[in-house]
Amino acid sequence: MTTGLSRSTGPRPDYAAPLVGLGSFIALLAIVEACIRLGLLNRFIIPPPSEIIASFGRLFLEENIVHRFFFTAGECLVAGVMVTVFGIAVGVVMQRFNLLQRACETWVAAFASAPLVLTYPLFMVIFGRNAWTIVMMGFLSALPPVILKTIEGISGTRKVLINVGRSFKLTATQQFWKILFPAALPTIFVGIRLGLIFALINIVGTEFLINFGGLGQLINDLAERYDLAGTYAAICFVILVSVLFFMTLERTERWLRPVD
Amino acid sequence: MTPAAAPAEAILVADDIIVQFDTPEGPITAVDNVSFDVNSGEFLSIIGPSGCGKSTLFNVIGGLLGNYRGMVNVGGETISGPHKSIGMVFQEESTFPWRTVTDNVAFPLELIGMPKSKRIERARHFIKLVGLDGFENRYPGELSGGMRQRVSLARTLASEPKILLMDEPFAALDEQTRLLLGDKVLQIQQELKQTTLLITHNITEAVQMSDRILVMTYRPGKVKRIVDIDLPRPRTSEIVSSEAFGRYVAQIWNDLREEANRGMRDEEKNALQEERAR
Repeated sequence: MTTGLSRSTGPRPDYAAPLVGLGSFIALLAIVEACIRLGLLNRFIIPPPSEIIASFGRLFLEENIVHRFFFTAGECLVAGVMVTVFGIAVGVVMQRFNLLQRACETWVAAFASAPLVLTYPLFMVIFGRNAWTIVMMGFLSALPPVILKTIEGISGTRKVLINVGRSFKLTATQQFWKILFPAALPTIFVGIRLGLIFALINIVGTEFLINFGGLGQLINDLAERYDLAGTYAAICFVILVSVLFFMTLERTERWLRPVD
Repeated sequence: MTPAAAPAEAILVADDIIVQFDTPEGPITAVDNVSFDVNSGEFLSIIGPSGCGKSTLFNVIGGLLGNYRGMVNVGGETISGPHKSIGMVFQEESTFPWRTVTDNVAFPLELIGMPKSKRIERARHFIKLVGLDGFENRYPGELSGGMRQRVSLARTLASEPKILLMDEPFAALDEQTRLLLGDKVLQIQQELKQTTLLITHNITEAVQMSDRILVMTYRPGKVKRIVDIDLPRPRTSEIVSSEAFGRYVAQIWNDLREEANRGMRDEEKNALQEERAR
């Protein structure tokens, strides 16, 4: 029997953790603000958070941050598409040929931990001071995790699934597209997620270094003008974009991963 | 038993199957001169203790293992790999987690290029047959172990194999689910007159479902005896409480006990040797 007292027993969203997180952040800003106003921190090194927040409007109105954001996003997109196509293909080929995998996997893993951003002068020589240098830096830094996770995903396909394919007399191409690839996809996406994060970091970093492009160049410009509040506001904007980017990728990955 | 001696209606003939594996201690014979046949519409179970080569035999008949001596003949054709007439249900969970129940069951139909609307209709028929109607759009991750095995069974049945080959499909399930699923398999087998070869180590399961039971010895796996199960059909799990059922279980257990003991002693000996080697 239903009564007026009946309640939904479904899980309630837990707001406590994000609220505590936000509260801690606001508290930290308040402490920094107080330290600067009391003269404990030098305002010519760290501008007061209130000034940084006030600068955000200026970034949108005077510094074309939206346009710069789309420029950087475009570079990330191109690097992302390239790394997805090329990284997965290389991973598949390496997994397919055991000798190649044994010969190269350590090198690829070493590349993943190398500071590839330092190679930007080489790409400047090859492509010039333009978006391709930035895209290539993003692409190169994103490549190792995609390759390694593709190898891991395909190698980790359960033997029984492969045997199901064999029992249905699948050709090698069908076996790949209908079993190996979909089985490996959640792991491959982990590689793509990591790769895109590395790509974003390196793209903004290279934009800063070569003073070209979107958000990285904006930070460089503002720093050279000694507009500290603007510089920090732009850095905060990049961090915010990265957080949103990371959350979107994480949700996509969760959606892609089948329920176990 | 040789192929020549097999009855005319035998749809599957295994003749003198020998499988050897190379190990660091030298070659081990897993299956030794195993011969049997399965008649059309018959339910044959192969039973034996762990390590007797049942699953090896399953792989040989399914065409997944090529390195063996002897011959497997399906409908007059000697097989040299997976055969279209044999549908396999595996012991491990083998549904595709990225496909819904319908898409899993429609998989073999997709491979033969059946139009989408028709294959969905066919898939739904087999989903209903295994009693999963209402779960068509669920993913395997949302189903229990028993339900997933029924999806695998429906997927194999959708390919309309002449011979259904099952390797301990209920091994990972609890006893009650196992009995109920056994009922379901029996019902389907009787309805479709499906020739079925079941690999199992469960005596109750074998007696409940089979027309004949092939008892294997412990390593090397040989045919110890073939027992005809003369219990009335159609059968359900209710038959487990009958006196005749109990007699068959006792008879097969008598055959198996000695082999199981031998297996246990062998395992203990191996464990001791490993410990000494350490």
